[in-house]
Amino acid sequence: MINRGYYDGFGGAFLPEILVATFDELDSVFTQAKKEPAFWEKYKDIMSDYSCRPTPLTFAENLTRHFGGARIYIKREDLNHTGAHKANNVMGQGLLVKRMGKTRVIAETGAGQHGVATATMAARFGFKCTIYMGEVDMMRQRPNVFWMERLGAEVIPVLDGTRILKDAINEAFRDWVTNMDTTHYVLGTACGPHPFPEMVSFFQSIIGKEARNQILEKEGRLPARVYACVGGGSNALGIFQGFLDDPVELVGVEAGGLGLDSGRHASRLSSKDASIGIAQGYKTYFLQDNDGQMRETHSVAAGLDYVGVSPILAQLKEKGRVRFESATDREVVDALSLAMKKEGLIPALESAHAFAQAFKEAPHLSKEYIIIINQSGRGDKDIFTIADAFNDSAWQEFIKGKAEEYNA
Amino acid sequence: MLESYLLKKLQKKKILLMTHIVLGYPSFEDSFRIIETMVNAGVDLMELQIPFSEPVADGPVILRANQKSLAGGVTVKQCFDLAERVAGSFDIPFLFMSYYNILFKYGADRFAKKMSEIGLYGAIVPDLPPEEGGVYLKAMQKNQLAPIFIFSPTTPDERLKYLDSFGDGFVYCVARKGVTGADTNFSKDLNSYLARCRKATKLPLALGFGVKEQKDIDFLKGKVDIAVIGSETIRLIDDKGVGVVGEFIKSLKI
Ligand SMILES: Cc1ncc(COP(=O)(O)O)c(C=O)c1O
Repeated sequence: MINRGYYDGFGGAFLPEILVATFDELDSVFTQAKKEPAFWEKYKDIMSDYSCRPTPLTFAENLTRHFGGARIYIKREDLNHTGAHKANNVMGQGLLVKRMGKTRVIAETGAGQHGVATATMAARFGFKCTIYMGEVDMMRQRPNVFWMERLGAEVIPVLDGTRILKDAINEAFRDWVTNMDTTHYVLGTACGPHPFPEMVSFFQSIIGKEARNQILEKEGRLPARVYACVGGGSNALGIFQGFLDDPVELVGVEAGGLGLDSGRHASRLSSKDASIGIAQGYKTYFLQDNDGQMRETHSVAAGLDYVGVSPILAQLKEKGRVRFESATDREVVDALSLAMKKEGLIPALESAHAFAQAFKEAPHLSKEYIIIINQSGRGDKDIFTIADAFNDSAWQEFIKGKAEEYNA
Repeated sequence: MLESYLLKKLQKKKILLMTHIVLGYPSFEDSFRIIETMVNAGVDLMELQIPFSEPVADGPVILRANQKSLAGGVTVKQCFDLAERVAGSFDIPFLFMSYYNILFKYGADRFAKKMSEIGLYGAIVPDLPPEEGGVYLKAMQKNQLAPIFIFSPTTPDERLKYLDSFGDGFVYCVARKGVTGADTNFSKDLNSYLARCRKATKLPLALGFGVKEQKDIDFLKGKVDIAVIGSETIRLIDDKGVGVVGEFIKSLKI
């Protein structure tokens, strides 16, 4: 028996029989493309022509002075077209969809960034596009629903389960098992059955490759630590892959929600609440009960409240290669506020988790040290949540006025 | 064990009927009553689904039954208890159907042992291809239980044979692409697919996904050995209550 896509026992491909042939096709197209250096070059060209790559590595001078410790650099994935690292993955998968000759793409989305990126890719390549999004996330991330629809995608609210990211994944699989002849499922993170974890990490590795070159160019040496937030783990694996073989400490930051003791969080690798299981086609740490039923998760950031986590990160955790921490909703909002005030940067709530942890540690590191924070996305989409967090009365007045206008 | 039981039954009947229920839905007392009604109405074997929070292969009707059952606090232990009760009360084979995480968390070995102790015949685990099923397959074999594998219309001939080499009891053929609960077109395409399945295995063939009325069963007679009615009975229970299931099954001319 052949066991594919395992990372020290995590991963695999637990597929319904109907999808086995589709995964075989995807695996062989990806394996072939990955072997061709020309494919990576073509991918890099598209990313630079269309998506503003290489993204800058910005020195955060004010934050560095503020904390008085390590020199802080920020990798600017927020500057990708559509505002997040998600673009790296979808453009790569888009190229594979063309190779397979399929005409329709589907995707799940939590924060909406992956949905917007997929809808954009579909528009550019001329694919039909359907996005599944939990009803709760549609409420939290309404601006992105608007953009997906304007971009020509059909957004389908998912009313089952906990009505968030994991439920959107289930619905996308249900669509796929019916329509796999014409349709590719553009999974948004480094999770799911093989070859998705490997494939998504491969495309996202562009972040780390660039960041490593950039820091060597700017500082002539490697960073001491690299911070990234962890939902499914795609942006984290993207930047970590640039430094895996270096003496660099890698720090993944999960959603601490209302605190690790509250039961209302999404920390799979940094809390004791998760255990190994098999769901949504792969084996990893899940937040589940003793029977194996998935539990409810919580985070202020819709993109981080997933029940599972990349099998590759689960392996890196067991190996001790990546340290996992968590940041609470409150810490995240404070970190976001500070990044805005000091640097004029507006990280997404997801990315702000990485900021929060880096801010806890930076003051205690010597000035000789460099740290890099991956700003996986920009925070425009979070305007409603952030306005609520800051209790912004002027904004509330504006919304009320708008509502009256529509009612009139 | 399961295979010989089925073959004996098939000497008397042209086609057998298998039904499916979600345990604990709407309640365990109802589950027991539904099973009793189905057995009395002449059902030949049954799959008992242990609900799971992520039933990716199931369509809306079964998905919601899973969710409602779990929302009512259903546990795996309660499912075993009910399965033990029905296996002790009724003289037809019962199978478990669930997703692999339920077995994995319980311990596949322990799970199979327990199944055998309470008198079940086998299991259907739709998200566990044989490539991933080493521990499960060994445990099932050790306890003389049938691991039911699934053939699909997208499965190439070579793989049908490969799947057959792991299966026991019977083979579950899904009638079409997609999840449970949608309509199936019982047509020529299905004929040639079923002929492929027949060629690939000597085990009895079951066909499910979209079987819901007399004419579907008539179409299947002579082509497969077992017709599987899944979502349709749950739909009936949702619409008209537990009481009507018996009449529905009795009305079918098998
Ligand atoms: C900006 C941003 N960062 C991070 C994530 C989390 O995903 P991942 O862990 O795969 O990077 C999301 C997901 O929606 C996101 O939108």
